[in-house]
Amino acid sequence: MANNEPLLRMQHIRKVFSGVVALDDVNFTLERGEVHSLVGENGAGKSTLIKVMTGAYNRDGGEMFLEGVPVNFRAPEDAQHAGVVAVYQEVNLLMFRTVAENIFLGREPRRFGLIDWSKMNREAGEILRNLGLQIDPKAVLGSLNIASRQMIAIARGVSLGAKILVLDEPTSSLTEREVGLLYDVIRRLKAQGTGIVYISHRFDELYAVCDKVTVLRDGKYIATRPLAGLERIDLICLMLGKQREDLEKKGATAFGEHHEAQMPEPLLETENLTRGRRLKNVSIKAGRGEILGMAGLLGSGRTEVARAVFGADEVDAGKVSLEGKPLNLRSPSDAIRAGIAFLSEDRKAEGIIPEWSVRENMTLAALPALTSLGVVSRAKQNEIVDKFMRRLGIKASSGEQKIRELSGGNQQKVLLARWLCKNPKFLILDEPTRGIDIGAKGEIQSLINELADEGLGVLMISSELEELVEGSSRIVVMRDGECAAELRGKDISQDAIINAMAETN
Amino acid sequence: MAEAITQPVAAKRGSSSFADYAPTYGAAAALVLLILANVFLTPNFAALDNFRNILVQVTPTMLVAVGMTFVIATGGIDLSVGSLMAIASAVAAVSLDYGAYPAILAALAVVTLIGAFNGWLIATFKIQPIIVTLALLIAGRGVAQVISNGGQLIPFSNPSFEFWGKDSLFGILPVPVFVMIVIIGLAIFVLRATIFGRHVIAVGGNENAARLSGISVNRTKIMVYALSGLLAGIAGLIYTARLGASDASQVGQTIELDAIAATVVGGTALTGGRATVIGTVIGALIMQIITTSFNMNGIKFSYALVIKAAIIIFVVYLQRPKSH
Amino acid sequence: MSHSETLNEINAGAGRSMRAKIGSFLQQQGALIMLLLVCVIGFARYEAFLTPENLLNVLRQNSMLGLVALGMTFVILTGGIDLSVGALLAVAGVIAANLADRGLLVALSAAIAATTFLGLINGLVIAKARIQPFIVTLAMMIAARGLALAATGEQSVRITGANESFNWLGRGLIGDFLPVPILILIIAFAIGWVVLNHTRFGRNVFAVGDNDEAARLMGLNINRVTIAVYAISGALAGLAGVILASRLGTGQPVAGIGWELDAIAAVVIGGTLLTGGQGSVLSTLVGVLLLGVIFNLFNLEGQISPWWQLVLRGVILLFVVVVQNRLTRLG
Repeated sequence: MANNEPLLRMQHIRKVFSGVVALDDVNFTLERGEVHSLVGENGAGKSTLIKVMTGAYNRDGGEMFLEGVPVNFRAPEDAQHAGVVAVYQEVNLLMFRTVAENIFLGREPRRFGLIDWSKMNREAGEILRNLGLQIDPKAVLGSLNIASRQMIAIARGVSLGAKILVLDEPTSSLTEREVGLLYDVIRRLKAQGTGIVYISHRFDELYAVCDKVTVLRDGKYIATRPLAGLERIDLICLMLGKQREDLEKKGATAFGEHHEAQMPEPLLETENLTRGRRLKNVSIKAGRGEILGMAGLLGSGRTEVARAVFGADEVDAGKVSLEGKPLNLRSPSDAIRAGIAFLSEDRKAEGIIPEWSVRENMTLAALPALTSLGVVSRAKQNEIVDKFMRRLGIKASSGEQKIRELSGGNQQKVLLARWLCKNPKFLILDEPTRGIDIGAKGEIQSLINELADEGLGVLMISSELEELVEGSSRIVVMRDGECAAELRGKDISQDAIINAMAETN
Repeated sequence: MAEAITQPVAAKRGSSSFADYAPTYGAAAALVLLILANVFLTPNFAALDNFRNILVQVTPTMLVAVGMTFVIATGGIDLSVGSLMAIASAVAAVSLDYGAYPAILAALAVVTLIGAFNGWLIATFKIQPIIVTLALLIAGRGVAQVISNGGQLIPFSNPSFEFWGKDSLFGILPVPVFVMIVIIGLAIFVLRATIFGRHVIAVGGNENAARLSGISVNRTKIMVYALSGLLAGIAGLIYTARLGASDASQVGQTIELDAIAATVVGGTALTGGRATVIGTVIGALIMQIITTSFNMNGIKFSYALVIKAAIIIFVVYLQRPKSH
Repeated sequence: MSHSETLNEINAGAGRSMRAKIGSFLQQQGALIMLLLVCVIGFARYEAFLTPENLLNVLRQNSMLGLVALGMTFVILTGGIDLSVGALLAVAGVIAANLADRGLLVALSAAIAATTFLGLINGLVIAKARIQPFIVTLAMMIAARGLALAATGEQSVRITGANESFNWLGRGLIGDFLPVPILILIIAFAIGWVVLNHTRFGRNVFAVGDNDEAARLMGLNINRVTIAVYAISGALAGLAGVILASRLGTGQPVAGIGWELDAIAAVVIGGTLLTGGQGSVLSTLVGVLLLGVIFNLFNLEGQISPWWQLVLRGVILLFVVVVQNRLTRLG
């Protein structure tokens, strides 16, 4: 331990996937007791780098030193033995097993060859207590909330004697309160000399817990900087590969000026939507030609509102009406028939059919209109595909390219076209620009603007406050299943939204 | 992870929609090789009679496999097809007194309804298809035996019913083969060109996405199992008509496995979302030709089983999804 | 605000309701309750039911299926399935019958070695070639059946000569009352229980079925676990096959047809989830016994034809899974 070598040094790392270079000459150094952030746009190579770091991928070139000793991990197992442990984005634990089993899986304490259950539970309890956590080691993991699971994943890493802990988007499903807990745990580990690699899209978090930041772009190493004294705008410039002057000229999003704050002609109304504890008496009004923004933390009920309006979840009580007519929503097809469209936040699980072509994905919802006597017209499909590939600037070799081969942004455009080709009256967008590259993001934002100008009603749910503030004419803030606030006109600001989210009942 | 998706992709021209429906080349190549080898090695293999024979014999498996293709396309599986064949056979045999066509209609109606019942259980209770149809496989065989008085052989003589199993059109084309060709043609058309076909594959490809796009997932599932039941029924009737007797204890035993094997060898993914009727046709033919050629060469049937198993594994291995 | 406070507060919200707890209890123990209920009915209705002869008879008749289902439990716990067990059982029976005159030990170990090896191949192909277990074991089922038929010329192998030790396996009695197959069943389930609940390997089996990606990232060697469970399934199917051959006095290449489905049904009825990760060997034993006792009662009733028994068997399976499904949904 006495050497002056950094905890981890990765040099000239290279990784190629079937001819595509994912990492090219990347360097990364982590010191003891350091929280080091890894940032970059999608496709920058962050995930690939940590997978190389933790043995999930084998590198194709470069060197890696752990405390000065060259290492070569062939599998996650090797990395764990050496003290490099990853806690992944979607918490990877065993839902049916207990907390203690999850912490000790693969190295359960034994007596006479058999598992020593009481010792295991006792030790698990100790590990958790040392992290300041009070969780019953005998509880079945699936009965705990996501924050607890995340802590258990970290506790597992700690108990493995982790020298390096890799946290990949650890806060993506945590509430603000839970994020605070995570920070405390991180600080404890840091004080013990553990090195932490922290990946997050949220700048607030980076500045709150990280010491240094390494920027990657397109699989290449760009820079490493201490976060103290680094301006956000400079960090963004590094990530995007732009000069500071370029960025300041425009707003951060592609939305235009604020829309007028007067209440437009009402289009869609909900009245007292209630669903268990998730939705409580939600009443919102959205107008024709208006972008109604909806803010709220994860679990605040924002997606639940969208799903209820779309008929995807049954509500216990409440009404939805469109153009003054009450709707009887028993399934999404009822909502679709009424002219409502819904772009889900989860593109992979609820949007694309990966094996299908752009054309097949795009026309999926419109099939009944393209069908006569049960037969789907190929010509009408092609018409739609031609029109929307041009209008939305979808980058694909042709309408017959498989959608899974497209970038996230282009997939999102195809899914948007899936709804636009049906000429809906009301469009619900749940996180329309999440996880897509900055270029496509801007294009989608200006498209939403255009659509509203053409008279479409839009409900835009987003966790990006900038996007909401610049794009919406009014903003509903959700909290604990209720409408916590409605902001309009000059009241709209990031501060106001955050305040509404943070108020306690 | 998002990065895997956004990796730049060399623009591919070849991934046309035709490739989705076309059988995998591996299976097609295997079929051609198999035929060529037999033409040279097996005496009389190339005779017209022999081909006709192969086609007649493959008919029940083929029909069941075509239905199975639709079921598997939704990500499901139907183990009950053999028992449904037996039920159709028994129902027809005991109702032949009312005339051939009423009997056929009654038999097909019953099995279609049972198939729909399979689908209803799977769709509304969200139970794994393998368990639901396993229960129907067990119970259905019992039902068939109950209908036929304990699974007794019921011989009959009814020319207009037996026509569907024994006669030939224009003296050369056996009626079962004709029925099979028509149904294959219809199935290809339905899967490729109709909205139902599109819904079937959408449900198998991404059920959530299908539901959120306004597709009634439950109705689609009920329909594919009903279709599978109907085709199993037709297979059962043709088999019965050819035999001239209903044998509810034996008809269709373990045919579900042959049908699944044919479907999978043809390139339809067991996970759903990718289906090819032509592939299934090729798969069923491969299996049948192996059996026939072993018979013609006087080799025991048991060896054919080993070869079939090896082919299943080999072809599926070639077709498994590639990942880095 | 301390951690524990916040976490507890949060967890209290996510805590499970009484209803959910009852639901999950019934899902896991429902089969046992049904078994007790059926036994009570049997006791009340038939004098012959609660006699040692009858109960031992039920156990003995179901001992072979029990062994196969035990192996199937390991496989299903990993989220897999093994369709080849019936055919492997036949392979073992044929091998054992051929070697019976060399004594029990030779016949038994050769037969089990062979089926373990075939199970191992199942596992290897599933783990290394990444083909679905359903397909791999379907192919093995076809191939092993073919091997058994080919090796015997499609004829049953008669066990010639009085071979005491071999006959003892299927027909012997311990202390003049306990049939050997029952003893084997009890020992096998006891070992199975210890292995699953008290060894690392057992916990790994659960882990793989719970979330194989998580298990892999936690550093488990998933392939090894996968290969091992199919080998175990093969070994137990082989053991059952040898006992069957010994009972029948012949090794039949057509033995065990459809047993894979009966075994799966017993495992599922017991309460083990087909998706893996949750279940136990004891629930499988309960599942086997429940089916066994129900059919015993039918036989005692004496009026139900075999085909109605088939119908009822299917209906029971359906009923149990529907009920279990509802119960799981509560949780």
